[in-house]
Amino acid sequence: MAAIEILGLTKTYQVGFWRKRPKCALQPLRLQVEEGEIFGFLGPNGAGKTTTLKMLMGLVYPSAGSARILGCEINDPRMKAQIGFLPEQPYFYDYLTAAELLEYYGQLSGVDAKERKRRVSEVLDRVGLPNVSGMQLRKFSKGMLQRVGVAQAILHNPRVLFFDEPMSGLDPIGRREVRDLMEELKRAGKTVFFSTHILSDAEALCDRVAIIHQGELRGVGAVADLTSSVQGKVEVVWRGNTVLPSVKTLALDSSVTGDTVRAVVLEASQDALIDTLRRERLHIVSVTPLRTSLEEYFVQKLRPAEAAAGVRS
Amino acid sequence: MKPSSKITQVAGTFLVLCMLTSVLLLRQVDRMRGGATLQEVLYISSPGALKRLSLGYDGLMADIYWTRAVQYFGSKHFAGSQHYDLLAPLLEITTALDPHLIVAYEFGANFLAPKPPNGAGMPQRAIELSEFGIRNNPSEWRLYYDLGFIYYMELKDYKNAADAFARGSRVPNAHPFLGVMAAQMAQHSGELQMAQMIWSTTYQSTQDRDVRANAATHLRALQVEEDVTHLGNLVAEYHARTGRLPDTFSDLQNVGLLHEVPTDPFGHTYKLTSDGRVEVRTPDDFPFLTKGTPPGYVAPPPRFLPSD
Amino acid sequence: MSSRIRHIASNTFREAVRDRVLYNLIAFAVLMCGASILVGQISIGIERLVVINLGLTAISLFGVVIAIFIGIGLVSKEIEKRTLYTVLSRPVQRWEFIVGKFFGLAGTLVVNTFFMAIGVFLALLYVSQRFQAADGWVLVALYFIVLQFLIITALALFFSSFSSPLLSAVFAFSLFVIGSFAEDLRGFAAMAQGTTRWLATGAAYLLPNFASLNVIGSVAHGQGVAGALILSETAYAMVYAAMALCGAVLIFEHRNLK
Repeated sequence: MAAIEILGLTKTYQVGFWRKRPKCALQPLRLQVEEGEIFGFLGPNGAGKTTTLKMLMGLVYPSAGSARILGCEINDPRMKAQIGFLPEQPYFYDYLTAAELLEYYGQLSGVDAKERKRRVSEVLDRVGLPNVSGMQLRKFSKGMLQRVGVAQAILHNPRVLFFDEPMSGLDPIGRREVRDLMEELKRAGKTVFFSTHILSDAEALCDRVAIIHQGELRGVGAVADLTSSVQGKVEVVWRGNTVLPSVKTLALDSSVTGDTVRAVVLEASQDALIDTLRRERLHIVSVTPLRTSLEEYFVQKLRPAEAAAGVRS
Repeated sequence: MKPSSKITQVAGTFLVLCMLTSVLLLRQVDRMRGGATLQEVLYISSPGALKRLSLGYDGLMADIYWTRAVQYFGSKHFAGSQHYDLLAPLLEITTALDPHLIVAYEFGANFLAPKPPNGAGMPQRAIELSEFGIRNNPSEWRLYYDLGFIYYMELKDYKNAADAFARGSRVPNAHPFLGVMAAQMAQHSGELQMAQMIWSTTYQSTQDRDVRANAATHLRALQVEEDVTHLGNLVAEYHARTGRLPDTFSDLQNVGLLHEVPTDPFGHTYKLTSDGRVEVRTPDDFPFLTKGTPPGYVAPPPRFLPSD
Repeated sequence: MSSRIRHIASNTFREAVRDRVLYNLIAFAVLMCGASILVGQISIGIERLVVINLGLTAISLFGVVIAIFIGIGLVSKEIEKRTLYTVLSRPVQRWEFIVGKFFGLAGTLVVNTFFMAIGVFLALLYVSQRFQAADGWVLVALYFIVLQFLIITALALFFSSFSSPLLSAVFAFSLFVIGSFAEDLRGFAAMAQGTTRWLATGAAYLLPNFASLNVIGSVAHGQGVAGALILSETAYAMVYAAMALCGAVLIFEHRNLK
């Protein structure tokens, strides 16, 4: 059974005060996420990621289309007991302590009293907030609130998790931890659906990704499949003052500045170029990936349709 | 994925039900509370204190108290009450809050001064109210008229009435009637004409529904009294000429005393009794009649007819 | 009542307490102490009258202010701060959220009124040394005040479900003022003619009638309230509050929470 089925969800807003005109936030979207997957929902800011998540959570009603989670309709309470949601930049009742908040959410999710106590301290430990019991949330930093957000999402041990920009507001260590958590959830058989605009996170974690831009789905599939048709680029810098003809044929672009030469080549030509430089006994200063293959794919997908179709030579 | 239609239907139905029930309950509460509501409005009975409490919104408060006064008198009057204890304080508070509310003084002159059941029977307080109005609005001829009206109608005090009408006649743009009235009061002649003149002036110049209805009732009564007196004189003359009483009004026509058989203001013919008295057929329609009613007739409490 | 409504209600109550709403009790206590000492010294014979009038009026005003200023934020603040997202993504229906919020604030007001009532009775005891049978009617007046709170809370919640806090406050407060002059409004309506009269009378019946729930004046004069009237007023307040809540549920059920 599919964990999430999005069947043509559409959202149009009316904008303007006097003369209302429709603005399309999400064009009919069809997606299917299998159980046990980590699914990345990628797109730049304002692409329609949060709108989609809000519709899945029943916060915003779609203009058309429908969706099912775990085979149930969106407003089915039985289904809602089995999902967890972390909103973007979450904010909570700031007069509560983290433990009180989780206790309250546990009650709302129908976790029974004994189980609740155990789970609250367990998830607080898990997200790295073991010693904040007496502190009201109004004193929490942004990163700590994000951790509380993760904690409340996994509190009731849900089968499907929805994370909206889970890494935002976190320091590198925090991001590492959230990644680990997601992998752990996957190992435990959970489904994770998360939105992000940070591609490295998606590339490292996701089984499959969807790319959305301007409310339109631009591509979906396993990372390896999507990137098979595109190649990343690498910038190589070495000491020297001329660009060898053999390098010129390999490089997409090259330039000489003082006594350093830089050239941009496709990932596939990277080894050939380095071999050439070695043969010439040139001193290599650096080899830097400019774009990973997913990023390259992403950039292509974000271009207007005709550009992606190859009109540009 | 849409707003739950079940909840919409349940909440919508419940909303309508609650709305209807609340109106019904409110009507029940109204019935139970009865007159209590108006008794309560005067827990603060000092006009000065109320003015201060109204925080500068005295205009609005005056309107509210004016409504209360009218409602109070109207509901009591409809119930045929003999007591209008709150009318004076309500009008005093109203005019203290807004001294320029002319209609309130007029209402006081018409309904505070007359004896119950047609009014509160407090001519002295009505006079004070009018004088207060004149002090605050010296150029309103209506207020002098109201004052003269009270002196004449309720107290038969011709001197003060003439004085009030004379003061009023000196106000710019005063109704010409005031000067005439002042002169007539001085001689106090022609009672019927004077009363007719006064009531028709009130009828023509007032803006207030109740005051106009009251004036119309009075005018009709005066008309009937005039007719009854006239017809009575003709009957007496017929008796003098023929030595017997007429059986019908056509007997009067036959001897040339009467051209046309008169009708009362509601179009009914008058009744000629076997003992030669002239009576109105529906005395209940003419609350203020002093003649033309059957012997021993007791008038019901006067009511204005809404058609006026 | 579903357990979720109970949990939402108790969390709303906890919010009010943590946000120091009950601190108004201190202001009230100071007012009552000052008033009872002062009238004890200056007035003869009307100490009880002053204490009852002042006490009950203060309870009513404090409560109305609390009901409006918390009530208007109950829904809109949760939408604005996005605290609602993590609640509604749980097995909580939208109507349960509204009803829970209502009971939470109503509970807060009942507790608040309870403490204030104790203050009034202490002040009464202080000025007249002993309780009288007529003091029992003060309880009825207090009960009617609580009924008023139920209506205002429901109305504030109703406005909060679709309007900004500032506008909600204006609407709710206007309705309170208009409703307090409900009898006069009907007086105005009765003076109008024709269609206007029907419309005005209809409006006068649909607006909340706070005037009939105000018995402070008569209770202060030791007058009683009929049992049947207490029942009818109770029914009226409950039905009116339920009506406003239904309205809130209807609107909130259809809202997109941006």
